[in-house]
Amino acid sequence: MTLLAPPAATTHAAQWTPVCAIDDLESERGRAALVGDTQIALFLLYSGRIHAVSNRDPYSGAHVIARGIVGSRDGAPTVASPMYKQVFDLRTGRCLDALGKEEKSLTTWPVAVRGGEVLVRWGSTL
Amino acid sequence: MVVVGAGMVAHRLVESIVTREPGSWQITVLGDEDVAAYDRVGLTVCLTGTEPAEIALDPSVFAAEGVTLRTGVRATQIDRTARTVHCDDGSTHPYDRLVLATGSSATRPPVDGADHAACFVYRTLDDVLTLRSFVQRRTAELDRPMTGVVIGGGLLGLEAAGALQTLDVAATVVQSSDRLMSAQLDRPAGDALRRLIQERGMSVVTEARSTAVVTDRTGMICGVAFGDGTTLAADVVVFTVGVRPRDELARDADLAIDERGGVVIDAQCATSDPAILAIGEVASFEGQCIGLVAPGYAMAEVAATHLLGSAASFPGYDQSTKLKLAGVDVATFGDAFGTTAGALDVVYSDPIAGLYKKLVLSDDAQTLLGGMLVGDATAYGTLRPLVGRPLGGDPVAYLMPADTVAAAPSGDLPDDALVCSCNGITAGRIRLAVSEEGCTDVAGVKACTRAGATCGSCIPMVTKIVGAELAKTGHALRSGLCEHFEMTRPQLFDAIRVTGLDTFSAIVERFGTGRGCDICKPVIASILASLLHSHVLDGENAALQDTNDHVMANLQKDGSYSVVPRIPGGEITPDGLLAIGEVARDFGLYTKITGGQRIDMFGARLEQLPEIWGRLVDAGFESGHAYGKSMRTVKSCVGSTWCRYGVQDSVGMAVRLELRYRGLRSPHKLKLGVSGCARECAEARGKDVGVIATEAGWNLYVGGNGGFTPRHATLLAEDLDDEMLVTAIDRFVMYYIRTADRLQRTAAWLEDLDGGIDALRAVIFNDSLGICADLDAAMATHVDAYEDEWKATLDDPDKLRRFASFVNAPTLPDPALAYTIERGQPRPATADERDNGRVLIAGTTLEVRS
Repeated sequence: MTLLAPPAATTHAAQWTPVCAIDDLESERGRAALVGDTQIALFLLYSGRIHAVSNRDPYSGAHVIARGIVGSRDGAPTVASPMYKQVFDLRTGRCLDALGKEEKSLTTWPVAVRGGEVLVRWGSTL
Repeated sequence: MVVVGAGMVAHRLVESIVTREPGSWQITVLGDEDVAAYDRVGLTVCLTGTEPAEIALDPSVFAAEGVTLRTGVRATQIDRTARTVHCDDGSTHPYDRLVLATGSSATRPPVDGADHAACFVYRTLDDVLTLRSFVQRRTAELDRPMTGVVIGGGLLGLEAAGALQTLDVAATVVQSSDRLMSAQLDRPAGDALRRLIQERGMSVVTEARSTAVVTDRTGMICGVAFGDGTTLAADVVVFTVGVRPRDELARDADLAIDERGGVVIDAQCATSDPAILAIGEVASFEGQCIGLVAPGYAMAEVAATHLLGSAASFPGYDQSTKLKLAGVDVATFGDAFGTTAGALDVVYSDPIAGLYKKLVLSDDAQTLLGGMLVGDATAYGTLRPLVGRPLGGDPVAYLMPADTVAAAPSGDLPDDALVCSCNGITAGRIRLAVSEEGCTDVAGVKACTRAGATCGSCIPMVTKIVGAELAKTGHALRSGLCEHFEMTRPQLFDAIRVTGLDTFSAIVERFGTGRGCDICKPVIASILASLLHSHVLDGENAALQDTNDHVMANLQKDGSYSVVPRIPGGEITPDGLLAIGEVARDFGLYTKITGGQRIDMFGARLEQLPEIWGRLVDAGFESGHAYGKSMRTVKSCVGSTWCRYGVQDSVGMAVRLELRYRGLRSPHKLKLGVSGCARECAEARGKDVGVIATEAGWNLYVGGNGGFTPRHATLLAEDLDDEMLVTAIDRFVMYYIRTADRLQRTAAWLEDLDGGIDALRAVIFNDSLGICADLDAAMATHVDAYEDEWKATLDDPDKLRRFASFVNAPTLPDPALAYTIERGQPRPATADERDNGRVLIAGTTLEVRS
C-alpha cells in the first residue's frame, strides 16, 4: 500500500506508540484512530485479540474500514468494508473476497496492550 | 466468413465461434434490421413500454475481435463463382464460407385489403413498435377502447392477442382450423387452451375463413368479413397466419430449395454448395422448416463446430417447447400426437381448473414418448428429459398438480439425457460441472454450462441434479444464510422466537458456527429488533448493525452520511421546513427532496450527527429510518381535504399508517403509499403496500415495488373501512417480516408464497393458519414499544461515544473529506479536483455552536 506510507516516524526506529485505552474499544466493532497523519482502524475481537489495519478502504478510497462488520471466514477474523462489502483478513490485511474486483489489501500494524493501554508498533508494517 | 442475418441464431453461431476459438475467423455479419440481435421470443414485452434495449442479446459477441457487424444492410445477391455477397448499399463482401441465417418473414393471407395501414404482422421489433404506436395514436383519436382481430390462432397469434390485450385492445383470435395451435395441440388440448384464453377476456372464433378487411367511409378499418357472410368489428388487424423462409438469396443463387420453401441442408448444415451453410428457420432439414429457437441454436452449434474443423451433426428437430401465451402455460414434447404404433395416452383433464395434461406412452405403458400440457406446465422440466426412457413411476403422479411432480424421480436421469434443450446440455454435463469443475450451486452450473440460461424451464430439473450430485460428494445444496448458519432467515426467525435467545453470541453458539459476517449479523439484528423491540445500539447487538443502522444515518460514497428526518405522509409545517433548512445551512449540508416525500441532507460527518440530531429533535423531528431495512415512508397525495377529486382523506390515513409502523425492522425496506382517489397520484401501486381510496372505503394492494425489477402491487381487498384496513396491513406486514428471506422484498415473497394472493387473503381475512391473533399482538407490541431511536441515543452518553471521529481525537473531522460547490451546494470533490487543489476541506465548513 503506497498511499499510506507511515509519516515522519519512518526516519526513527520503529517504536510502540500509545493510541487509546483498551476500554475505549468495543468488542467486535472497529474504532478509527489517528497516528500522525495516518488513519488506522482498531478492532477488538471476541477472543480479546486486537488488530490494527489501515482505515482507508482501497476500493472506495473512503476512510471507513473501522465502521465495517466484524466476523469470521473459515476461521480467519475478518472485517467487511461498509462501502462495497469486500472482506479483509484482519491479521494480514489480505482481501479474502474482492467481489470480482482486483485484489487490494489493507496495511496492518502489530498491536500490544500494556497497563490497559493499546500500543501500535509504528514505523514498521507487518 | 460472411453471415447473412443478425438474429438469435446468427448471434449464437458467432458467440460459439468467438468463445471457442477467438480470432479463428474474420466474420462479417449482415443484418437488415436497424438493430442488433434481440430476443425475438421476448418481443411482446416491448409493447408494454419495456425498452427494446432490454431484450437485446449480449452485444459483446458482435463486437468481439475479428467480428464486424453491419446493420440496416440487406444482402441482395450471392456470386458463388467469385464467392462474394452483394448488398443494397453497394458494398461487396468476399467469403470463404457463407452462412445463411436469414430466418423467415411473416406472410399476409390473400385477403382483400390485407395491405391496409391498420393491418399488421407480428415478427420483428419494428412490427411490434409500429403496432404499439398505431394503437396508442388510434385509441386517442377514437377516444374509446379499440377492438382488434388476430387472424391466425397459432403460437404467434396468441402471443399477438395477449399483446393487444395489454394495450387495452379487446382482441378476438380467428382460426381457420377447428382448434387453437393445431400444429402443436390435439382437439381436447386446443379446447382447454381456448377456454383459458376466453377466461382471460379474449374471444376465439374457429373454423372461420376471413375474406376481406372492411373499411368505413373515412377509409379506416371497421371490420373483417368471413366466407360465411358474417363480419367482426375491428379497428386493427394482425395477421399471424404463418411464416415463410427467406430463401430468395439462395433461390437466386441456384441452391437446392425444398418444394415447400427453405434452403435444403444436410445434417452438417451444408447446402448444395459446400461453401455455403444455412441455419435456423431458413434451413429445410428432411423437408421441414421449423420456427422454434431451440433447433436453430442446435444448428448454430453444429455449424460452428464444422467451421472450427470438427465433426458434428444435427440430430433432427426437437420440437419440444414450453411457452406462456397470453398468460397461459402451454408445453408439448416428444411424440405429442401419439403417432407411434401402439402408443397409449394417459390424460388428466380438469376443465374447471383449466388443466389438460396428456402423456403418450409406449404400448407396454413403460416408456414415455411425449406429451402435452395446457394450463400448468410445471411438469415439463421433469418430463421432457425422460422422453424415450422408462417413466419409473405411476404416470398419473406426473399429471397431478405441482407438489407430486416434485417427488417424481429425477436426480437419477442417465448421463446422456438432454436436460436443457435450448443449449443442448445433458444430465452428464451438469454432473461433470459439479464433480469435476467445482460448481457448488445452480447459479454456478448455469454460468459454467449454460444449462437453464435461455428459457429457464429446465431450472427445477437442473436444481435436482445439482442437489443429487452434491449429496454424492457429501455436500448439501446450500440454502442457508451464509457459512455461519445453515438455516434460512424464516427458520432462524422461528428458532430465535421459540428459544428466546437474545444475543448474537448465544444464537451463533446454539445454531451456527464462527463469529458471523456482514450477511448473518444484520439479519439477526433485524430478527431481534422484531422480537425484542430493543434499541439498535443496546448491548452486544450494536456490533451486529451495518454502519447505517449503527450510526442511524446513510453512508455516502466519501464516508460522510446523509440525514433524513421523518415527515409522516409528506406533510410538513412551514416552521418544520424552516427548521430543517436552518440545520442544513448551519452544517453546510447538501439538500435534496427524496422520492418518498422527505428531505435528505448530505455530507454530515460522523461526529456531527449527534449535534445535527440534537437540533432536529428540539425542532420536533424524529428519525426517518431511511438508513434501515425498515418501514421507510408512506407517500400520499393531498386527498379529499383539498383536492376536488379526492374521495377520502389520504394524508390523514398516510400519517396514521406512518406513525403506526415507524421504526419497524423488516427483511428489506418497506414503502407504503396512500392515494385519495383512483387517479393514484401517490403511485401507491408501486409500493409494498398501496392504499387507494374508493367511494366506500379503501382498496388495499400489496407486493409492488420500483427498483431493479419494477412491479405493480396486487389487489388484496376492496372497500375496507379504516379499522379493517389497518388490521389487514398489520397482518400482511407482520406475516412478511416473519417468513421472508433475507433481502426478499414483498413482491418476490408473494411470488414465492404457496397459493399466492388467494392464500394470503385466506391468512389475513379468514385466519386460515390460525396466526392472526399472534400477528396482531406482535404489531400491538411494536406500536407500544416505539421510541424515537435518535432521541434515546442523545439521552445516553454511552451510545454517544460511538460518534467520535477518532478514538484519540473525537471531534477532529476526517482530514480526507473534500468538497466542491456545484449549483450552489457542496458535493464530494472528484479525484481531478483534489489533484488541482480546487476543493473545500471538510474542517473548514461552518463550525457550529455547541
